[in-house]
Amino acid sequence: MVDLELTFEKNLSIGQKIEPRDWMPENYRKQLIRLISQHAHSEIVGMLPEGNWITRAPSLRRKIALLAKVQDEAGHGLYLYCAAETLGISREEMFDQLHTKKAKYSSIFNYPTLTWADIGMIGWLVDGAAIINQTTMAKCSYGPYSRGLLRICKEENFHKIQGMEIVGILCSGTNEQKEMAQESLNRWWWPSLMMFGPHDTNSPNSSDLMKWKIKIKSNDELRQRFVDMTVEQAKVFGLTIPDPELKFNTETRSWETGEINWDEFYSVINGNGLCNNERISARRSAYEDNSWVRDAATSYKIKKNKKAEAA
Amino acid sequence: MSTEQNKNEQWEIWEVFLQEKSGEPHSHAGSVRAADKEMALQNARDVYGRRDTINNIWIVKTKDITATNIEDKTSFFDSTDDKVYRHPQFYKLPDGIKDAFKKR
Repeated sequence: MVDLELTFEKNLSIGQKIEPRDWMPENYRKQLIRLISQHAHSEIVGMLPEGNWITRAPSLRRKIALLAKVQDEAGHGLYLYCAAETLGISREEMFDQLHTKKAKYSSIFNYPTLTWADIGMIGWLVDGAAIINQTTMAKCSYGPYSRGLLRICKEENFHKIQGMEIVGILCSGTNEQKEMAQESLNRWWWPSLMMFGPHDTNSPNSSDLMKWKIKIKSNDELRQRFVDMTVEQAKVFGLTIPDPELKFNTETRSWETGEINWDEFYSVINGNGLCNNERISARRSAYEDNSWVRDAATSYKIKKNKKAEAA
Repeated sequence: MSTEQNKNEQWEIWEVFLQEKSGEPHSHAGSVRAADKEMALQNARDVYGRRDTINNIWIVKTKDITATNIEDKTSFFDSTDDKVYRHPQFYKLPDGIKDAFKKR
C-alpha cells in the first residue's frame, strides 16, 4: 500500500501522467470524477443557450457556424464523459446526477441568451474564458482528461474567433447594433469573471487539487489573464467594460477590476439563476423523449446477435 | 423484447484508433459508447473526426483489450536492462572509422 502511494507521488513529481489502471488515492479519484463530470455537464448544458439561436441566426453563414459549434460542444461532452468513465463511474450515474440537480455545471449557462449579440459574447467571453482554463488544465496529471482537453482546445479556438467576428461586425454597424453589443457585454461581463470560480482565499478544494496537479494555476491567476486580454480587446471593439472601478495598475502592468458580486455567484450555483430549472428540464426531456432511440438500437443488436447464433 | 429489459442494458464501450494518412500508424483517440460495431464506427467518426482528415478508423471493444499489468511493470519489462548488446553503443570501433566517409 505504502509502495503504491510512493510510486504515485513519484510519478506526479516527475510529471508522468496517471493512467486509469494505475493506483491512485481514493480522494484523487473522487475529485477527478467531480471535476471531469462537471466539465462534461457544462459542455452539454452549454448547447442549450446557443441552440436557442440556431433557427434565428441572421444568415446561412452564421447558421452553419452555430450548428458546427453546438455540435462541437456535444462532442466535447462525449470526450469528457468517456474520460470520467475510466475512473469507474457509469454514464447513467452521471446523467442521473445532472438530471436530479446533484451535479453542478458552469453557472454561466444559467443566464438567458436574449439577443443575437449574446451569441457573439458567448464566443468571445465564455469560450475565451474556457480556453484559458482548458489550455492550463490540459497539463493536468490524469492522462485521459489531459488528452481529452488537448483535443477540445484544438477545436475551441474556432468558437472564440467566430464570436469575435460577430461582435466586431455589430460594433462597426448601425447605432442600434453597437448598442445591442454593449448591452450584451453589460450582462455577460461579470458572469464571465465568475467562471474562474471563487477567490483563491475562498477556494476550499484548491490545495489538494494543486498538490495532485489536477489544478495547475489558481482561479485568480487565470481570471487576471482573462481580464488583461479582454480589456484590451474591448478597446479595439470600441466597447466599454461595465466596471467603473476598472483601472490599470502601472506597477503590475495589469487591469484591476471592482469586486465580483459573490452573492449572485453562489445564488446561481445553488439553483436560483434565471434559467437553472429551464436548462435541467430541457436536458431531462431530451434524454427521456429520445429513450426510444436507445431502446431501438439495443433491440436491433439483440436481434442481430440471435440471428448470428442461429446461423 | 420488452423495453424494460433494454433499459437496464448499457451500451458497450469501444476504444477508437484513428489513422490520419495512409501508411501512418493508427493511434488511440478515445472511446465511444455504442450498441454494435456499425454504430461504434459511426459514433467514432462523429465524435473524433469532425475536422481532421481521417483515412481509416479501428474500433475494438474495451473489454477485449489485454494489457500488461501496471503493478507487475518491473518484473515484466526490466529484463531488457541487461541486454545492452542490443544497442549499437555496446560495440567499440577503431578511432576515426565513423568519420572516415565524411572526411573523404
